[in-house]
Amino acid sequence: MIGPNGSGKSTLVNCLSGTLVHETGTVRFEGRDLAGLKPHERTRRGLARSFQLPRPFASLSVADNIRVPLLYAAASRRGRHLGEREITDRIAEVLEAMALTDRARHFPRDLTQVDMRKLELGRAMAAEPTLLIADEAMAGLSNSEVEDIVALLIRLNETGITVILIEHIMKAVMQFSQRLVVLVSGRKIADGPPAEVVRHPEVERAYLGQ
Amino acid sequence: MRNSLFILVVSLVAAAVFAAALLLRSDYLLFAGYTVLQFVVLATAWNILGGYTGYVNFGTAAFFAVGAYTSVFLHKAFPLPVPVMVVVAGAVAGLLGFGMGYLTLRLRGAFFSIATLALAVVLQTVVVNWHYVGGSRGAYILRPPAGPIAGLSYIEYLFLIMLALAALSLIAARAIECSRLGYGFAAIRDDELAAEANGVPTLRLKLIATTISGAFMGMAGAPFPSYIGYIEPASAFGLPYAVNAIAMPMIGGTTSWAGPLIGAVLLGSLQQIATVTISSAVNLLIVGLLLVGFVIVAPNGIVGLWQRFFGRNRTSWRPSSKSTASASGSAASSPSTPSA
Ligand SMILES: Nc1ncnc2c1ncn2[C@@H]1O[C@H](COP(=O)(O)OP(=O)(O)O)[C@@H](O)[C@H]1O
Ligand SMILES: [Mg+2]
Repeated sequence: MIGPNGSGKSTLVNCLSGTLVHETGTVRFEGRDLAGLKPHERTRRGLARSFQLPRPFASLSVADNIRVPLLYAAASRRGRHLGEREITDRIAEVLEAMALTDRARHFPRDLTQVDMRKLELGRAMAAEPTLLIADEAMAGLSNSEVEDIVALLIRLNETGITVILIEHIMKAVMQFSQRLVVLVSGRKIADGPPAEVVRHPEVERAYLGQ
Repeated sequence: MRNSLFILVVSLVAAAVFAAALLLRSDYLLFAGYTVLQFVVLATAWNILGGYTGYVNFGTAAFFAVGAYTSVFLHKAFPLPVPVMVVVAGAVAGLLGFGMGYLTLRLRGAFFSIATLALAVVLQTVVVNWHYVGGSRGAYILRPPAGPIAGLSYIEYLFLIMLALAALSLIAARAIECSRLGYGFAAIRDDELAAEANGVPTLRLKLIATTISGAFMGMAGAPFPSYIGYIEPASAFGLPYAVNAIAMPMIGGTTSWAGPLIGAVLLGSLQQIATVTISSAVNLLIVGLLLVGFVIVAPNGIVGLWQRFFGRNRTSWRPSSKSTASASGSAASSPSTPSA
């Protein structure tokens, strides 16, 4: 999903994940209306999100940050608590996937921007979702860092997680997406295959042409 | 350290403390020791909510007094042995904690704290006007000379009960810290929105915290009427309980069970010494000055200072190829040491 700054992308994510309550419309996920479900219940149904501004648990190490969704979201999704051994293995797996293994025992305050984004995605991955909404996971990163994150998201997608990427960086969007939605002033102005959508005159005018 | 080992160590230390108390044969030391232990329970209880989840409760005195007045009520209605009254008082105060949590936990930060302060004021007004438990005039609880355990004076008996409560609260606090619950609490303390996004049911966990915290505070208050012999609302709802219960964990360190213990022993003893050498009037002044000093110099308390100088990285994660058993059980490493 793309859209100019302030077009309501993060607000939409917050409505989907239950952080904000929307006044009209319905949110359906896997055929079910999510109305009235708290954010943690939505995560437990498989709808995970990462935050645009990373929100790590500051007093927990990187590894323990991953532990939280394993103890709660993943345990609930599997219908049983994970054993300590299982948890350490899974933490190692997630850190490996996020290329954060050598940061395991660091605290979030010691992480670089890109590692902070990876931690954010790692926590979402540990929640074992079917849908992951990544809200501007690459904003402010360098080109090579953006490529890192895109590769990472593609790998997540290959494990069977649907990814909604909210992004400004068109190169990343075009490389990653199979479907592109354009939001302008809270209104969807285009929706379809990326190559077609970017040629849409209204999209060019509202967003790309600037 | 495994939970069972921790329980063993705490029990042994408690037994040693009790043996020392019996050997010293000093009523003054027993009284002073009782007060310090009472603060260990209150500080540990406060920390389960305030330190672990980050919700600052100004109403410690309300829970303490509810425990004390539950005892007074039971004493008049159907006298029970002190340990049973402790359990009942814990249940009543736990229920109060649950109720307070249910009504106030949607409030954040300062608003929650103000609500707990209001709770203390409301409850004190209720007790002042409740004549059955003595109203504003207070109530006398006659203390029998000998306790129910052969060979122990009544005051030694009460000391033993408070010692057991202190041990129990420490064991509970540490067990929570190392458990799934402890990680949920830490997530709430750090970022509630992120906690929810990671599947943590924040409201339910906060209710668990207010209930456990309130229950222990109430239990600490239950033997108080028997210990002091006379209780009135102004002393049971006294400011020192609220102030000490906050200051002790802050000075000791709020992220681990050891912090409130260290803070309570240190500040509690200091206040006992000040009471006999200067005057009890300076007690809160000492607490206040120390608190200000620590907030400025060492915001993570004594445990935080320890961690900084001895550099223990308090994380439990080890690559799974290595042993998952924790290396040692020192205070500094404990917060997220894997539990048994
Ligand atoms: N559907 C909406 N209804 C009301 N206000 C909205 C709506 N969508 C967005 N806004 C407002 O617009 C501002 C910017 O939205 P945001 O979601 O942060 O934009 P983006 O993430 O696309 O940059 C928000 O502060 C919000 O108050
Ligand atoms: Mg945004």
